[in-house]
Amino acid sequence: MPLSPDEVRRIALLARIELSEPEIAAAQGQLNAIFGLIEKLQAADTRGVAPMSHAGDASARLREDQVLESDQRERFQSVAPHVERGLYLVPRVIE
Amino acid sequence: MEWETVIGLETHAQLSTVSKIFSGASTAFGAAPNTQACGVDIALPGVLPVINRGAVERAIRFGLAANGKRADNICRRSVFARKNYFYPDLPKGYQISQYELPIVSGGSVSIVTRSGEKIIRLTRAHLEEDAGKSLHEDFQGMSGIDLNRAGTPLLEIVSEPDMRSAEEAVAYAKALHALVRWIGICDGNMQEGSFRCDANVSVRRPGGPLGTRREIKNLNSFRFLQQAIEYEVQWQIDVIEGGGTIGQATVLFDADSGKTREMRSKEDAHDYRYFPDPDLLPLEVSDVWIDEVRAAIGELPGERKKRFQESMALSEYDAGVLTNDRETGDYFEGVIGASLASGEARDRADFKLCANWVINEVLAKRNADNLPPWQFAVSDDTLGYMLGLLRNGDISARTTKDLFAEFWEASRAKKFSVQGGSKSMVDELIASRGLKQVSDTAEIESIIDQVLLANPKSVEEFRAGREKAFNALVGQAMKATKGKGNPATINGILRRRLGA
Repeated sequence: MPLSPDEVRRIALLARIELSEPEIAAAQGQLNAIFGLIEKLQAADTRGVAPMSHAGDASARLREDQVLESDQRERFQSVAPHVERGLYLVPRVIE
Repeated sequence: MEWETVIGLETHAQLSTVSKIFSGASTAFGAAPNTQACGVDIALPGVLPVINRGAVERAIRFGLAANGKRADNICRRSVFARKNYFYPDLPKGYQISQYELPIVSGGSVSIVTRSGEKIIRLTRAHLEEDAGKSLHEDFQGMSGIDLNRAGTPLLEIVSEPDMRSAEEAVAYAKALHALVRWIGICDGNMQEGSFRCDANVSVRRPGGPLGTRREIKNLNSFRFLQQAIEYEVQWQIDVIEGGGTIGQATVLFDADSGKTREMRSKEDAHDYRYFPDPDLLPLEVSDVWIDEVRAAIGELPGERKKRFQESMALSEYDAGVLTNDRETGDYFEGVIGASLASGEARDRADFKLCANWVINEVLAKRNADNLPPWQFAVSDDTLGYMLGLLRNGDISARTTKDLFAEFWEASRAKKFSVQGGSKSMVDELIASRGLKQVSDTAEIESIIDQVLLANPKSVEEFRAGREKAFNALVGQAMKATKGKGNPATINGILRRRLGA
């Protein structure tokens, strides 16, 4: 199922990546090559095989519910572009 | 034309852990911005999430509580997934949630409305992390971001579309709120956003196919939930009857105008491109762990209600009101214990007396004063003691009510050294004001002798069949006891003496 240029544009938008027209054409070719691989995988007979959600054959390690972190705001914010009254400032977003 | 409303609710309950779901940062409310946001929460490169056992334990507790303590709705192996979208209060660019395999699938919540009891089925409940907060006040044309809330554990509880009115939706939200508080997994503080609802609302012809739904986001009070659904239902009916169609949309409720309005769609918001989070291995829950959680849950609201009905012969209504929240049930049992402190036999009348007092006096005051469920200005011990005195005839019903009201007000005004009052304070007040009733039979008999001698006319009239004369004699006897005679005792002795 090859992707159309419009579908590539939509994927780029969802990923917040700006692509020029030549880049769209290039990405289209690359993505379609990946889809080719996926088609091969999907052709495999997986009846009777349990779905796998992780490559590691183990289960999650859990941590106890304890506060272990201390306030490092100053260190973190020293590399932030804009900060005011302890807040990170970002370009205005409003619904 | 007739329309049927169909409502399903998605509720976010903030879990009461002290640390975040994937990091060791504190979840305490109200800290200075970004002082409780660690490297994991602000998504510094190279950090990895580690699941908080306390959050998982609370999800298990909920699953059991919503399923009659059976564990067939708890997934022994659930999976965390990434929900991808871009917003500045979500620094990773995805929210860690559960998608295909949530920790809880199924269960139910029972609600009671004017039309009786109804079971609302649960689709699922899954663990996820909360996002941060965006502040859109003026920061030189920019938005401020506080990530203290980022990574706070949430349990998203999804109901089936089983509700047919705003009233049922509110009843469900209240029952769920009571349940999560009862089992201690969420503090239920709606002002602080610890419990918030999204309502999926559609209308259809009765029995017809489902209509297109619109989702009302982020309702943080029961009143808004009711208003928003009522407005939205009428809006949808008007659109359809006006020849229009409903488009699937996400809407916000504006409390000031009482209206819902469509959100500008961020992107095709539903394209979240979920996939299993490679940073987290599947979450396994053992039967041993589930058994431990079950053993620690204790009595659930439904079980307690049944016990109140069966062992105390309370009505379904009374038992229901007294188990609306755990604190009220505990208080009621405390009152009973204190009213029968000397270990006397309990009978139905005692339970009913205590139930009436808690419902008609205490809860009425708690509601009127807008107090949270755990705040009782008069302690269960103090009230129980007063009710014990009332039952023994030591004080009258009137005195008990006055004392209770006085104690409540004084305690609210923080005039007490002992919060909620104490038995000795009750005793002192009764003694200093001479409120104790005279129930001593010999004393009352001698007073009645004198009253009968002094009022021969009334006696004669009564014997001639005039009931009013009897009341006059009771009045005289009460007067002779300076109003402290136990009315029941006086009545009984007087009737006996008059041979009536």
